[in-house]
Amino acid sequence: MKKWNELVPGAVVLEAGSSLKFKTGSWRAFRPVWKEDNCIQCLKCWMFCPDMSVTVNDGKRGDFNYDYCKGCGICALECPGKKGNTAIVMEEEGK
Amino acid sequence: MADTKTSFRLKELSKKENLLESGHRMCSGCGAPIVVKQILMASEYPLVASNATGCLEVSTCISEYTAWKIPWIHTAFENAAATLSGVEAMYRAWKKQGRLDKDVKFIAFGGDGGTYDIGLQSLSGAMERGHDIVYVCYDNGAYMNTGIQRSSATPLGANTTTSPAGKVIPGKTQQRKDLTRIMAAHNIPYVAQGSPSHWRDLMTKARKAIAVDGPAFLNVLSPCNRGWRSATDDAILLARLGVETCYWPLYEIEDGKLSINFKPKEKKSLEEFMKPQGRFKHLFAPENASVLAELQAGIDREWNRLLAEAGEESK
Repeated sequence: MKKWNELVPGAVVLEAGSSLKFKTGSWRAFRPVWKEDNCIQCLKCWMFCPDMSVTVNDGKRGDFNYDYCKGCGICALECPGKKGNTAIVMEEEGK
Repeated sequence: MADTKTSFRLKELSKKENLLESGHRMCSGCGAPIVVKQILMASEYPLVASNATGCLEVSTCISEYTAWKIPWIHTAFENAAATLSGVEAMYRAWKKQGRLDKDVKFIAFGGDGGTYDIGLQSLSGAMERGHDIVYVCYDNGAYMNTGIQRSSATPLGANTTTSPAGKVIPGKTQQRKDLTRIMAAHNIPYVAQGSPSHWRDLMTKARKAIAVDGPAFLNVLSPCNRGWRSATDDAILLARLGVETCYWPLYEIEDGKLSINFKPKEKKSLEEFMKPQGRFKHLFAPENASVLAELQAGIDREWNRLLAEAGEESK
């Protein structure tokens, strides 16, 4: 932690997106687990994730970024899955 | 304006850069970052933002950590619109002097406390002066940041720490203020109501609001599981139910003309929206039936008014 006289004048933050240095994944009580076989690539989980923790590479869904995922479960609830089989399951952390 | 139908495909959108980064400290399952990311993603212009005091402001920029990837100014509770007006005026002056030739747009974010209540006069002033800015209110229906105190956006009957439901009162005793209508009464070019559950609709509205020459206002429903006393995973579900029950109608007013963007085939009962929320739990007790009826009546009245103004038939 910097002292007040070491900060940039006006406490301006010069590095955009520096919150990436603060990992919020430790908040998680439940962990979303992605079942690729049931995934229809609708990307709704990506659109509705409040923590930008669903990775998508070149339009294809990748795994979760557990460094930041807070485990809210919105993705699991909104996942349409394939033929009624959800592609995201919430599992309790530490089990 | 670009064709929104083709450009708002998830696959294409996912290739855009995140303008609100991970690592912010909004609560798990908060609706606000979903609202902000959808709006920022919709813009065709570089944006400069101001942010009124509120959850979004205190949680996205803590000490040396900022989640924002656009120039962003923290202002006080009451002056997000005034600050942004000044920035926009300076930008116009610089453009006139030839010091800048880039097209930039300006956007303010505030919660319902900073918009409906504390920031209302500065917002009204900015809209009246005609600055080319967009003001986005993410409405979670109370002062959630300071511990769930009632605001003028809190719905009738909701339990908050300053309208506690009990033997004396059944939660908040007043109806909520209709801010979207107040903003429409400023006769600005664009006013709309949106919800993150209907992301394509919200992004279309954000794109229009940003592109329009002159002031625009967006009021967006933003579920808060802490204040609404609901589960962490139901932000989008509740936002969708809010729209489908007509608690939060999706409509826009373009140059004075109102159009409804989502008409439910069958209007769902308000109870579906309220049941998962602990803040309304006491309203289902028999002695509070009249409050529930009054709330439903207020929502029906507003929906019928909207239908009439849009020239559509009510069901």
